[in-house]
Amino acid sequence: MTPEIALLLVQDGISTGAVYVLVALGLVLVFLVTRVIFVPFGDVVGYAALTLAALQLKQLPGTVWLVLTIAALATAMEVATLVRRGQIQRLPRALVMYAVLPIVPVALVWFAAGRELPMWLSITLTLAIVLPISPLLYRIAFQPLADASVLVLLIVAVAVHFAISGMALIFFGPEGFRTQPMTQAFFDLGPVSISGQSLLIVASSALFSLLLFVMFEHTLTGKALRATAVNRVGARLVGILPSTTGAIAFLLASALAGISGILIGPVATLYYDSGFLIGLKAFVGAIIGGLVSYPLTAIGAILVGLLESYAAFWDSAFKEVLVFSALIPILIWRSLMSGTGVEEEIEEEEREGGA
Amino acid sequence: MRWRSRIALGLAVAFIAVAPLIFGTFTITLMNYIGIYAFAALGLVLLTGLGGLTSFGQAAFVGIGAYATAWYTAVQGGSPWVGLLLALALTGLVALILGATTLRLSGHFLPLSTIAWGVAIYFVFGNLDALNRYSGLSGIPPISIGPLSLGGTIAVYFLIWILLGAVMLLCHNLLDSRQGRAIRSLRGGISMVESLAIDSFRMRLAIFVLAGLLAGISGWLYAHVQRFVNPMPFDIRPGIELLFMTLVGGAGHIAGAVVGAAIVVLLKNVLQDVLPAITRYSAQLEVVFFGVLFIVLLQKARGGVVPMILRFLPRPEPVVPTQEVPLVGRARPPVTDQPVLLIEHATKRFGALAAVNDVSFEVKPGEVLGLIGPNGAGKTTLLNLITGTAKPNSGRIVFLGDDVTPLPPRRIAAKGMARTFQHVKLRPNMTLLDNVLLGTYPRTRSGFIAGALRLDRTEERSARFEALQQLRRVGLGEKFGDLAGNLPLGQQRLLEVARALAANPVVVILDEPAAGLRQLEKKTLSDLLRGLRRDGMTIVLVEHDMDFVMNLVDRIVVMDFGAKLAEGLPASIRADARVQEAYLGGVA
Repeated sequence: MTPEIALLLVQDGISTGAVYVLVALGLVLVFLVTRVIFVPFGDVVGYAALTLAALQLKQLPGTVWLVLTIAALATAMEVATLVRRGQIQRLPRALVMYAVLPIVPVALVWFAAGRELPMWLSITLTLAIVLPISPLLYRIAFQPLADASVLVLLIVAVAVHFAISGMALIFFGPEGFRTQPMTQAFFDLGPVSISGQSLLIVASSALFSLLLFVMFEHTLTGKALRATAVNRVGARLVGILPSTTGAIAFLLASALAGISGILIGPVATLYYDSGFLIGLKAFVGAIIGGLVSYPLTAIGAILVGLLESYAAFWDSAFKEVLVFSALIPILIWRSLMSGTGVEEEIEEEEREGGA
Repeated sequence: MRWRSRIALGLAVAFIAVAPLIFGTFTITLMNYIGIYAFAALGLVLLTGLGGLTSFGQAAFVGIGAYATAWYTAVQGGSPWVGLLLALALTGLVALILGATTLRLSGHFLPLSTIAWGVAIYFVFGNLDALNRYSGLSGIPPISIGPLSLGGTIAVYFLIWILLGAVMLLCHNLLDSRQGRAIRSLRGGISMVESLAIDSFRMRLAIFVLAGLLAGISGWLYAHVQRFVNPMPFDIRPGIELLFMTLVGGAGHIAGAVVGAAIVVLLKNVLQDVLPAITRYSAQLEVVFFGVLFIVLLQKARGGVVPMILRFLPRPEPVVPTQEVPLVGRARPPVTDQPVLLIEHATKRFGALAAVNDVSFEVKPGEVLGLIGPNGAGKTTLLNLITGTAKPNSGRIVFLGDDVTPLPPRRIAAKGMARTFQHVKLRPNMTLLDNVLLGTYPRTRSGFIAGALRLDRTEERSARFEALQQLRRVGLGEKFGDLAGNLPLGQQRLLEVARALAANPVVVILDEPAAGLRQLEKKTLSDLLRGLRRDGMTIVLVEHDMDFVMNLVDRIVVMDFGAKLAEGLPASIRADARVQEAYLGGVA
């Protein structure tokens, strides 16, 4: 390997890693606030990229049908719950939240699709239509199980991934797409040239990580999210509703997923199920941060990007094997770091047949 | 009422025996697949349902078994029976290595690691030239017994179901034995498990390997029935389907594996008939359907189908254990001045807080020592240091003349120390008798094979009788067949005492045993403890009920703010001004 190639691989690794950073931050955020390991997160990233690609090809993105389907489900569940509890007066608000708000971006995309759109507009529309996906999934699958163990939530998350990836194949079809690059610029820096797209990815990743940090430190919503993460019962006692913070966490996650998808769209050909692997790889990074620390998560995600880039150079067939096998030593290291295990004993005993 | 479940079982066996006479080849093919998946799901029942370890990667083990025999028979031209041995050896070995590296992971990290190696193994299958990459291996011969080829659907049907029946029987026996109870106790926290001298890591590893071997058999059958393997059925998605089967059927029950496999296979079959008629997206909708069904199941009925059926069947009447050769007791140290337990300058800090600060005292053989002190004085931390659950920052603990400070709790327990917990730790889904039988673990010997083959029955009968005796001692003998979770809290404490006594310990450590007990139960307990002292047992007792303590103990150690405040006879402690101040506050 020549130094030029090594540098090229580093550049490649860092720019993929930067996308993983955003995804991994979203995973950690959702996990801390709701204890859900949001496996379908990567899928949402994929849908964002495919939506943008469809808009650029002047087609109607499959996201329209996806969002309509899950919005209908969530609305039905919410209405059924409210009616069963006799809280009819809360119906209008529920309808606005679960039916009207998701339909607005759907309608906009519907009208815009098929026309020549400027880049900024298609990006905005993509973000807008991707935004409701995660909160709606939260309402359908996870909110009814708010008190379940992390493990049950994880199994549900995996089930959600399969359900929506099946739908994605129907709505997006099996073809792969790549979006148009946002910039064609190239910068020559001595032995290597850096593409403008890579710089854009790294810069956006840094910017949105910073925004996330500012939000956590300086806004009331951010503080409520942190409070829920630290102690759910305590947060509830001071008037923070876990279902609300949960929905906000999923909304933020959706935004991060949308941005990640838009950033990765021009550098990789994505299929309806590519997002899953992106999510899993970001997850490896999140685990380096122990699903707790945001800065370590970011570093971990970059490392995964580098590992993947070098693994691809050495043996592209075994790239995935290497990346996922790397998770095992990382998990062991994390497990050793977290102490003797006595403190974090899981006392979960579900009585059989109990609902 | 036992005959009802016997009849149900007999009907099921008869149905499987005559099925080939009733049904056509297509249905029998489906039943073959039900049987094949049931092996792998049975592994998950042991691992996930009973042992509490969720694995998303079970299909990868099925794949290892399938590829092992496929490679050996199709590429090397060997015999399928040697292929079976190879499949078992390879799955066992991989499970051993993966288990040894990942099973110390805690909480949700373990299931996540199963996704990681599950995906990794799939990619290995798909990228190895020796296994013909994603195209897979074909030309796998059918299994044959001597000249008899089992290539036909019905011939292999009998092989699958006879084998499955035998394996299920072995599993059933195992779960009803010493090691099986230890497996069933894994779910719900390890500190209780370790306090019973059970090596929880070895237990986890054992069921992990066992689950791997069952998956290996499944893969072996799959390869020789399908006659072709490729990586697809061993990806993470089929792995999750196996988990789904297990949970649908009832992860806590052996029968759940078969019921779950049957439900999923039949449902898939129906979907594959119906969906193509209404949409061209049938394969995708099938995935959506199962995903949604899985979510609904977890939201509405986490126990699965088998518990729902069992609710309509009467619980089998438990058999009363009868008089047997008693279990071998433990040699007690003679009553001398040599202390049984010696705590020397024990200190435990949590950050800046010294929860236990330079505490020293000794416990003489055959005495009842009361450990008292206001809330937060460090009593429970001290008990944790003594039992090895927590390690002191400095100082040492000497038990029966040996320094046990560095030993893990299970080794200290094996030396003859039993304990109860301040927050009761029982297995609510196990019967009272089974909970107490867990206590006999360090006094019994039987291993996995003895348990599965029922070679342990003499010892088992003795252990059962011993457990019943201990239940009678604490006044719970009548309820031995009830589930522990149905007892009121006070009686759960007594049950913990019975479990501790079943270990026939030298020292028994009781953490607030009288809390939540009614007056009459307290009387039973203090009578029981007096009786134990007469038998020469040494007792360390933490308790807040002063009447209870003062009337029972020989000596008292008082702790306050982590340090030892006083030590002496009950009367002198009662008169001690410092103790009065610690409890009642200083006289202003």
